[in-house]
Amino acid sequence: MNQSDTEDQEDSQTKQHPVNRRRFLGGVGAMAGLAAVGFIPLTEIVKGESPPAHTSTARSQPRQWAFVIDLRRCDGCKKCTEDCQKVHSLPKDHEWIKVYETTDEDGVKHFMPRLCMHCENPPCLKVCPVAATFKNEEGVVLVDQNRCIGCRLCMAACPYEARYFNYADPPKPAEPFDNPMPEFPVPQQKGTVGKCILCVHNTSMGKLPACVEACAMNALFIADLNSDVMTNAGGETYKLSRYLSENDAYRLKEELNTSPRVWYIAGHGQDLEF
Amino acid sequence: MTARALSRTEIREAAQRPMMAPGKTWWLIVLGLSALVLWAAVAYAYQVMNGLGVTGLGQRVTWGFYIANLVFFIGISYGGAMTSAILRLTGAPWRAPLTRMAEATAVAALLVGAAFPIIDLGRPDRFLNVILHGQVGSPVVWDVVAISTYLAASLIFLLLPLIPDAAVCRDARPERGLRSRIYRLLSLGWEGTPEQHRVLRRSMTIIAILIIPLAVSVHSVLAWLFGVTVRPGWNSTIFAPYFVLGAMFSGVGAVILVLAAFRKAYHLEAYITTKHFTYLAYILVVLASGYLYFMVSEYLTEGYKMHEDTGRLLELLMLGRLAPFFWLFIFGGLLAPIALIAVPFTRTIPGITLAALAVVLGMWLKRFLIVVPGLAEPLLPSSLIIYYPSWVEVAITLGAAAAIPLMLMVFFRFFPVLSIYEMEEAELEHVSAHAAGGA
Repeated sequence: MNQSDTEDQEDSQTKQHPVNRRRFLGGVGAMAGLAAVGFIPLTEIVKGESPPAHTSTARSQPRQWAFVIDLRRCDGCKKCTEDCQKVHSLPKDHEWIKVYETTDEDGVKHFMPRLCMHCENPPCLKVCPVAATFKNEEGVVLVDQNRCIGCRLCMAACPYEARYFNYADPPKPAEPFDNPMPEFPVPQQKGTVGKCILCVHNTSMGKLPACVEACAMNALFIADLNSDVMTNAGGETYKLSRYLSENDAYRLKEELNTSPRVWYIAGHGQDLEF
Repeated sequence: MTARALSRTEIREAAQRPMMAPGKTWWLIVLGLSALVLWAAVAYAYQVMNGLGVTGLGQRVTWGFYIANLVFFIGISYGGAMTSAILRLTGAPWRAPLTRMAEATAVAALLVGAAFPIIDLGRPDRFLNVILHGQVGSPVVWDVVAISTYLAASLIFLLLPLIPDAAVCRDARPERGLRSRIYRLLSLGWEGTPEQHRVLRRSMTIIAILIIPLAVSVHSVLAWLFGVTVRPGWNSTIFAPYFVLGAMFSGVGAVILVLAAFRKAYHLEAYITTKHFTYLAYILVVLASGYLYFMVSEYLTEGYKMHEDTGRLLELLMLGRLAPFFWLFIFGGLLAPIALIAVPFTRTIPGITLAALAVVLGMWLKRFLIVVPGLAEPLLPSSLIIYYPSWVEVAITLGAAAAIPLMLMVFFRFFPVLSIYEMEEAELEHVSAHAAGGA
């Protein structure tokens, strides 16, 4: 996202732009119907062509999901990881959202949750031999586990270590999954690669992703680039572009030009560069 | 050859010697190798039933022995294809007794190497997706295309000079039986007419020219499997030539080992002489020096900067947990072979064979040290992951290594171990050269 663009946008719009969270996530429910219609042909996504025209129920512009992690608030409780694993019925070593822990020279611990960056320019997608990895029209990077051959080149290619291979059958889900979608199976398929799906099953129904919902510190925000809004489990809603610029947001490994859709707000003086 | 030209019958007898009824030793070795291959098959069946979880691989080190084997065995196949092709094109007259063994080694090693991308797959049952949904931008697709093309070319390269030899076998046998039918099929109606000779010679030149860029492309795309990522140690622009040179290096080592084994087993001392070993050893030293040069240029430029991940990787390799393996490769697999060949006292057939063995084992180690540490080092602040292979990976690796000599022993049980056609051509040239010199 271009910094000057967002600032121009900001000027042209009203300064304070309170958005009701319910209104923000509601209406997205219509997207569920769209998703059920079926796949966008993968070839078109890979070619970078525009997705097919929507049905009349869909909004004119799809959501463009993004994520904000305010490290000032994270206390490293790992509740996000826990709930994510429960919801998606994942084995313990699949941390779709993983909390990295570092200790500085003064012995102070710092935490950094890392989920899939849902890059604009995802290295994992480029290397996939069968186009099992694709980007949906909302900018979420997904894996078609009915197609993945399990070569794991995407895992080597991902600079954020955000991908996980199903070496064994995943644990049985406690209850049947409430919103199965063609984009991802719950439970995961053995022999294929899985990763954070930004809870497309939730956002499509106007609900928050599991990790955002789980965060008692309200450090995790789901955001939409199109409407320039971000919100968290506590119901705090901000104008995304302003929050990012006012708090000196940064992205991981900016130099790789992957253009992640996850922004970080630096916490207690920790190193900005990882 | 030396002072005396070897007679036609002598050559034919020697070339077909392994085709005689095999002795007890042959059966014992074949049995032992088959047991290893069978054990690998059992291990693979176990892996297919239970998934890749039976390996020692994890969420960060997702490639291990199998990918190291893929690079290694395809590298081994280089020696055959490249040396044979280069020697042919440069018209090296001493090549004649080597080409058959070199070309057969190439095909055997390639068959083994080509199995590893599939062995490594999480869902081998979906392998055809690579063709059905193939993405041109993926290095995996490049690999599949390059390896299969190269395999086809290597087979042709082996089968072409086999045409006249199959005719020799065909003519020496009764008309009936499966074996005769196979010889008849492979000899493609060879009668030895001048026209046939001309066509064969031309086809061989064409395939020898073709196989060089094909071989180069195979190891280049294998290198790019790593080079397209940002992993420490893999994120390198020199990877393609580095891999190609390494492949030739290990390949020539493998050819020397095969020559030494078959020379001794079938008493081919009159044909494969110290001269052959010495020449190949010189090639080996040149390649070793080239490989050393690539390594220095890679490690010096990276080590000078010690940039983040790469710096940590170099520390891991040179001073850390993997240092014993790294220095074992440098001294055992690179410097010791150079020394063995450089010193006239050890530049003997046993000395050169020992050097070749060190090169082959060392290059496997080097492949491992390229694949695993690049993944073991974290890209985000967390700790190093240690990878230990499971018995399944070890069994499949040993079985793969055993499959190559096994295939060669069985192949030479049915086909001449020396290229009769090329030996006779070489003799003819030799005689005519002498006649011209005398006149």
